[in-house]
Amino acid sequence: MPKLKTLDDLKKVRENAEKDLKVRLETGTRIIVGMGTCGIAAGARETMHAILEELQKREIEAHVSTVGCIGMCVREPLVDIEQAGKPRITYGNVKPDMIPRIIEEHLIKGNVVEEWAIGRLATRE
Amino acid sequence: MRELSLHVLDALENSVEAGATSIELVIEERLKADTLEIVIRDNGRGMSPEFVRQVLNPFVTTRKTRHVGLGLPLFAAAARRCNGDLRVESEAGVGTTISATFQHSHIDRAPVGDMAGSVMAILLSDRPVDIRYRHTVDDRQFELDTAEVRKELGTVPLSHPDVRGWLQSVLTEGLADLRPPGLL
Repeated sequence: MPKLKTLDDLKKVRENAEKDLKVRLETGTRIIVGMGTCGIAAGARETMHAILEELQKREIEAHVSTVGCIGMCVREPLVDIEQAGKPRITYGNVKPDMIPRIIEEHLIKGNVVEEWAIGRLATRE
Repeated sequence: MRELSLHVLDALENSVEAGATSIELVIEERLKADTLEIVIRDNGRGMSPEFVRQVLNPFVTTRKTRHVGLGLPLFAAAARRCNGDLRVESEAGVGTTISATFQHSHIDRAPVGDMAGSVMAILLSDRPVDIRYRHTVDDRQFELDTAEVRKELGTVPLSHPDVRGWLQSVLTEGLADLRPPGLL
């Protein structure tokens, strides 16, 4: 386990995090990164870290998670963005340097980056 | 794969897909003995003896989305071309253990790579899973048990940005301390 000092840091992290926890749990945006063998080999881990970094830099609340292969291996890394009340969009061959534009246009301005989108899933309702 | 940590991430994903809630990850680098061993032990649903026998065959997979499963065969190939091997032990209902060995100094051995990144990636998977990670380089040791971290955090999830930052720095700094500068 980490040294005692870092455990004390963790307690501080907890205290601060509890304050804004409610807001975070209610975020309506989910970003899903394919992390099967194909995704990993294509660089999905780096793409996911780029997403986390960009969200943090712009202070955007979104739930980021990973899933296994969905069978479209040739288009990995695959990144899905799901927002309440909107169709789920799949982006293909997403490299880390594409992330700032996707976050800017899709999450902030609300426009799908059509040239990189490869799939659209209608809302379930 | 360019890094051993990517094979590890792939194997950890398998464990999560198999319903594991707790995974033990041990990496032991013995420089004097010139060996590197990676062991991944999970409490997932395990496999039948018949499936274990076939699991290194790339044309065998449990998936419905495609007909090949390359993860373990690639990991095994990486180990074998470095004078090592990969073994799979599994019991249905109990869990699976994967052990891969490498000749540490082998010219074809990929660097360990970004283990912190791989562990972080797995902690963000949809299903909550705890990892007990121990990494040794000769007599230096790093250890992190996310179950203990979770206990300390109460209701705050591991995916909280502040917690993520803390985990990332504990992993990165702890792993960097394992080796003198310049050693892969």
